[in-house]
Amino acid sequence: MTTTPTQDAQPKTRGQRFTGAAANYIDERTSISGLVKEVGRKIFPDHWSFMLGEVALYSFIVILLSGTFLTFFFEASMVEVHYEGSYAPLKGIEMSAAMASTLDISFDIRGGLLMRQIHHWAALLFVASIGLHMLRVYFTGAFRKPREINWFIGFVLFVLAMAEGFTGYSLPDDLLSGNGLRIIDGMVKGIPVIGTWISYLLFGGEFPGVDIVSRLYILHIMLLPAIIIAAIGIHMLLLVINKHTQFAGPGRTNDNVVGSPVMPGFAAKAGGFFFIIFGVITLIASTFSINPVWVYGPYDPSPVSAGTQPDWYIGFADGALRLVPPGWETEWFGFTWSFNIIAPLVILGLFIAIVAFYPFIEAWVTGDKREHHIADRPRNAPTRTAIGAAGVTFYAVLWAAASSDLIATHFKLSIEGVIHSCQALLIFGPIIAYFITKRVCLGLQKKDREIALHGYESGRIVRLPHGEYIEVHEQLDDYELWKLVSYEDYKPLMVRPDAQGRITIGQRLRASVSRWFFEDRIAPVSQKEIEQSKDEHH
Amino acid sequence: MADDHGDTAGSTAAGKDVEQHGAPAHSAGTAVVATDEVPNPGFPPHRPRVTDLDPKVDKQQERRVSTMFLLSIVGSVLAVVAYFVFPIEPGNMQSVRNNTLFLGLGITLGLLGIGIGAVHWSKALMQGHDLVEQRHGTRGSEETRAKAVEVFTLGNKDSGFGRRTLLRRSLIGALVVTPLPAIVLFRDLAPADNPVTLLKHTFWEEGMRLTRDPSGTPIKASDLTIGSAFQVIPEGLNDSEHRIEEKAKASVLLVRLKPEDLEVSEGREDWNYDGIVAYSKICTHVGCPVALYEQQTHHLLCPCHQSQFDIKREAAVIFGPAKRPLPQLPITVDSEGYLIAKSDFTEPIGPSFWERKL
Repeated sequence: MTTTPTQDAQPKTRGQRFTGAAANYIDERTSISGLVKEVGRKIFPDHWSFMLGEVALYSFIVILLSGTFLTFFFEASMVEVHYEGSYAPLKGIEMSAAMASTLDISFDIRGGLLMRQIHHWAALLFVASIGLHMLRVYFTGAFRKPREINWFIGFVLFVLAMAEGFTGYSLPDDLLSGNGLRIIDGMVKGIPVIGTWISYLLFGGEFPGVDIVSRLYILHIMLLPAIIIAAIGIHMLLLVINKHTQFAGPGRTNDNVVGSPVMPGFAAKAGGFFFIIFGVITLIASTFSINPVWVYGPYDPSPVSAGTQPDWYIGFADGALRLVPPGWETEWFGFTWSFNIIAPLVILGLFIAIVAFYPFIEAWVTGDKREHHIADRPRNAPTRTAIGAAGVTFYAVLWAAASSDLIATHFKLSIEGVIHSCQALLIFGPIIAYFITKRVCLGLQKKDREIALHGYESGRIVRLPHGEYIEVHEQLDDYELWKLVSYEDYKPLMVRPDAQGRITIGQRLRASVSRWFFEDRIAPVSQKEIEQSKDEHH
Repeated sequence: MADDHGDTAGSTAAGKDVEQHGAPAHSAGTAVVATDEVPNPGFPPHRPRVTDLDPKVDKQQERRVSTMFLLSIVGSVLAVVAYFVFPIEPGNMQSVRNNTLFLGLGITLGLLGIGIGAVHWSKALMQGHDLVEQRHGTRGSEETRAKAVEVFTLGNKDSGFGRRTLLRRSLIGALVVTPLPAIVLFRDLAPADNPVTLLKHTFWEEGMRLTRDPSGTPIKASDLTIGSAFQVIPEGLNDSEHRIEEKAKASVLLVRLKPEDLEVSEGREDWNYDGIVAYSKICTHVGCPVALYEQQTHHLLCPCHQSQFDIKREAAVIFGPAKRPLPQLPITVDSEGYLIAKSDFTEPIGPSFWERKL
């Protein structure tokens, strides 16, 4: 690259003079040239899966924009009003101002329904893309040092996104969201010792009260977004400091990062991608209705429609409630212990705690204190991938259980049968998924090894002079070979006595977990093996 | 800063420690440090795109990108036009649909034009081959770290934070106690009453008529045929100050069965009237309305979490996560033949709570 400054010699155009003067003005007051120098040509590696986090970020911006529009019209109040808007079937019906203003946004404000639907679809996409982004990071091991903290921040963002979703869809005070709040109230009341009071304070008296919508509103539009924006800021800052991971590839090492620079390639691609995300959300929102609160009607504690479903990301919690076997409640010392509530809460709490702390657990098992910037192929970390598959299965069963009634009616099964199947699957599904995934990973590793050593089947059948038919195996070129052989390999920890000649319990535990992780392993192909196999073939 | 690749390519293999500026090498833990790994072949030769080679294609792609941007302008203008051309006419659902659809499609075109154009520009026309940037260990350099330690050392020395233990401990104590008022302040999120007392009573009183939900008209025993079910609220509930809160506790389902089909436990013999029984409609699991009544089996199903209750056996739980039967409202008829409550529920209705049995 030649960067001889030739344009200095030529007279500058008016536009160039203006740009130069403006840049100078800003830099002399902000020192921003340093930032541009640092960040402007930063390299971002490219892979389709790296865009999942971008989808999350951009859908959040769409949420902020559309949500701000909605706040100009939404009235977060539970004051009873008689609906007088233009939706005829509900005319004259008593409802809260929140519901009435939601109907006004939908039916009396041009583009209001579009904005509501953009907001809702973007929210669904936000949570979904965070979930997929987490799966990508998990299965490629991109959470390893130095990114453990950023994983945790991302996890917090996932929880906050679900909280935003729940507080958001509770705001219209319609029948569906009211029943959702009723379930939250029932769950909170089931918490030992403090439950009754928490519910009482949360709702400002007895359920549903007249305060919950305005309280959720301030959480939804101020507190939670503020925390999310701060957390995204730290998430991005750490991304810049740590630099992005990249997949193994020729020329790529743990010490470099290969890709396109922020200015201009990545910025154009990412900026354009934001508009594509926004455009696709708008397209969906203008063609597919979501959360038609006017169909449900205003909240009333007595009716409920059959087949009610929460938004998809709340499903796993609802499913956990459904799968509790009958009779899990008891009285001890005069107090009521609602294990049908406590058990799901504890199990879900443990599940998300494992998700949150997984990077620290794996770091403890491997004892590996080095930095890792090369993303693993999932097959090359069989146990981690298998644990992930087990977790996904666990989540998926809970999620399916939230639709147990719809599954039963749709497939003409008994509700009891569906629930019992889900209960069994919840326990055995993850175990089965674990073993299948681990075997598949090991199988794929063996196949990689086979291909690296003996080449791939070319599909070309050749007849030898003595009549034998063989399929010609082609050797990989060095670049393809590198992708198959460059990965980290760990062996189980051997227990050794420490300086005092003791073996601590911690050591024993770590050794057994390590054995579980790394007992079955396929070592990467070494240079010697390649050469040996070449000799055999020639 | 980014370098053009070639000069730095393949200098180290994957999995090696990042260069640490004199910092101690980090333990690899149980990782197998390879001694005989396949060497990194370095970058493959750069393959130019067709736009790099053929100026005609380059020009053509440029036109394509600007067409996308122009389409975006068209889309945004169309959106503004649609805003006025497809207004919402009160009461006309089709007008709402048209407004949403055409406004949305215009905006979509406006956004996708920019998006697709920019991405295509980046992929087809901007500098095409990968650049390389070196990574440096995240850990600060030894010098920086020493400076940072010095900052804290000096801070500690100047303030005496480490030395003056009384001062330090009292400060920590003060900081721990100071949020307490903030916690106390939240008490008035709810009124002064005790929630436990409130949860144990409902709107029902002795002699109160059972009325239809939502009209509030009273029900005669003769209105119910065998197998029929009524959604019931107490008389006067619609005019009460806390209508929804009271309804959330006082909703009742009224069913008539053949008297001989009912299994009545001791003490509840006079709680039904000629096979007419009234049960709380609020699920004892987490409080959804148990709204689905199956006439043939006399089972009640909660649509939220599928708890099932058997009306013949005093609403005992036969399936699902609920534990307790639905509380029964004792009923009888008044002199005019209207169904009335004999008393309030004899136990708290709805979801379980900690102090329920106290």
